[in-house]
Amino acid sequence: MDNTVFTLLPLMILVGFSLLVLVADMMLAREQRPALGIVALIGVIVSLISCSWLWNAPQTAWSDMIVSDHFALFSYIIFLVSTGLTLLLSMRYLSEEDIQFGEYYALLLLAATGAMLMASGLDLMTIFIGLEILSISVYILAGFARRNERSLESALKYFLLGAFATGFFLYGIAMVYGATGTTNIKVISQVVSEGTIRSQSFLWIGIALLVAGFGFKVALFPFHVWTPDVYEGAPTSVTAFMSTAVKAAGFAAFGRVFLSALQPMHADWTGILWILAVFTMFFGNITAIAQRSVKRMLAYSSIAHAGYMLIAIIAGDANLSSGSLLFYLLGYAFTNVAAFGIVIYLSRKGETEFDGKDYAGLAIRHPWLAFVMAVCMVSLAGIPPTAGFMGKFYIFSAAIKAKFYWLAVLGVINSVISVYYYLRVIFVMYFEKPAADYVHGTLSLGMKIVLILSVIGIFQLGTVPGSVMALLQNSMMVFQ
Amino acid sequence: MVEYLPILVMFAIAIAMAVVILVLTHLLGPRQDDPVKLSMYESGVNPAQDSKVRFSVKFYLVAILFVLFDIEVVFLYPWAVTYKTLLSSLGWLMFWQMFIFVAVLLVGFGYVWKKGGLQWD
Amino acid sequence: MVPVSYYLVVSAILFIIGMIGVLTRRNAIIIFMSVELMLNAVNLSFVAFSNLWGNLTGQVFVFMVMTVAAAEVGVGLALIIAIFRMKETTDINRMNLMKG
Repeated sequence: MDNTVFTLLPLMILVGFSLLVLVADMMLAREQRPALGIVALIGVIVSLISCSWLWNAPQTAWSDMIVSDHFALFSYIIFLVSTGLTLLLSMRYLSEEDIQFGEYYALLLLAATGAMLMASGLDLMTIFIGLEILSISVYILAGFARRNERSLESALKYFLLGAFATGFFLYGIAMVYGATGTTNIKVISQVVSEGTIRSQSFLWIGIALLVAGFGFKVALFPFHVWTPDVYEGAPTSVTAFMSTAVKAAGFAAFGRVFLSALQPMHADWTGILWILAVFTMFFGNITAIAQRSVKRMLAYSSIAHAGYMLIAIIAGDANLSSGSLLFYLLGYAFTNVAAFGIVIYLSRKGETEFDGKDYAGLAIRHPWLAFVMAVCMVSLAGIPPTAGFMGKFYIFSAAIKAKFYWLAVLGVINSVISVYYYLRVIFVMYFEKPAADYVHGTLSLGMKIVLILSVIGIFQLGTVPGSVMALLQNSMMVFQ
Repeated sequence: MVEYLPILVMFAIAIAMAVVILVLTHLLGPRQDDPVKLSMYESGVNPAQDSKVRFSVKFYLVAILFVLFDIEVVFLYPWAVTYKTLLSSLGWLMFWQMFIFVAVLLVGFGYVWKKGGLQWD
Repeated sequence: MVPVSYYLVVSAILFIIGMIGVLTRRNAIIIFMSVELMLNAVNLSFVAFSNLWGNLTGQVFVFMVMTVAAAEVGVGLALIIAIFRMKETTDINRMNLMKG
């Protein structure tokens, strides 16, 4: 028996549990369906445990198509954390929105599986399949509230633009294959560094198309057009998942391809990514200032954060870049899921418009809730002692070590701009009078767990980041 | 830089061709619509009824399900062809991977059945 | 024998026609068909490169793309039907509930 088969164990567990959820859904009565969320949650936890089992023996498997190095396993942890937190948020929310179906949980697990396949893919083929498993699941999830016109509309927009982007991504892979004769990341890296490629221009076109494909998935500037509408229209729990797990998966694969396969061409692709990163940061932050709805503000802020994360990739040093990127993504996962959790709690049934008045005086009604929201905003703005600060610190120092001084400076300037709109939320919560007519409901147990775990996570990463960063030393095995 | 030129030319030609074809069909095909031309083609016979009847959504459902379950055969063929040659190196995995693949499909099939996807009425 | 570059040019032309279709058409179904054209244009490239390099990676990739395209068709058609039932149109210009 071949042991390497079990490098995919965390994924197999998730697929198994998602099938279990589907089958159980057919057996259960309607009222019992929230229990499926618990089943899915158990799947996520078992999968998380199996990751720790794989941690000590990184290896490649499945004819070099899969690698279980620390980069992949740590990405698994990020996806599983955000999937688990999203599940906890969803159970009550789905009942409130009247969309309590077992398929939701099954699709969420499948989406996480796709994300994991993207992070561990050592071949452009596995990365592509992972991307599609993830995307197709999320297309359905975005339109899951099928009686809600906004949700359907956002799903259709996401689907059409996503399929369009898939075309570019695929053409990019074909061009890289045409130039190098292989789709294996390790071999591409060898071929490119030895210079035995068939046509330099195929490779360049391929890189440009891959940037467009990834840029769509992670919402970089010219490819971001879908982001605000889809984030606004999709059920909020799905938005939480999209802004954390989907983005993290996009960046994990982005990092894998550009920091290992195309690393030898680092000097050639930094220029274009540099421009994209700067535009993405400025666009995201400046447009976020103008937003009145908190959900849309978070959508634009997630575009801006994609810009910061891109800086890590531009730095181009496999070690520093992948470490700081994954650290940032983990912190961002905790922060954003909690922020969207509060958005869910403050929203009224069936409504997706939010403005300041739901948040006004929150500190008086729900001091703890206001505190958690404030912590999230502070972390997103990148103020110590939070995860957001340490994440930005690592990314900017990676950029400085790689001599991208201007990029680091522009990143810091953008952080300062973003402080304005994040702190505005805190200001509204603490200093404005609450609207008299609005009655808040109670917090579900799942929501409480999410908020507590997130606050612990944010402060843990913000105060003792060393222990996590130690895990990320030499995380990409491809280079050893 | 000279070696990139052919590729650049190739893409220029590709873009130009695509645009030219689309523009030409607009220019060269003058639209002179008359009742006979706009009526639908039914093997030269006068159409019995309007073709713009709305198809029942059930047809779409059947089509979607057919495409989904049909395409999976694409993996069965290469598997069957290489079964004997790969059996020695992969062993039990060769059999069980396809077993699991089909089992997953079967769960999907059971799901469709149970949800009434195969029911016409 | 037809040189490989011919296939690549045809593939590029098909891809660009698909792209223009996506960008100019307003009917969701036609946009979707254009996307499928793009995917199949890429398939042609894969097969051509596979022939050029003399390895099978490209052809295996085509299998994967076909499966993925089938899954996309399933989800895409279902979404379009769902939205048609609600709005009685598939014109994407009418999808304007959110300003973005």
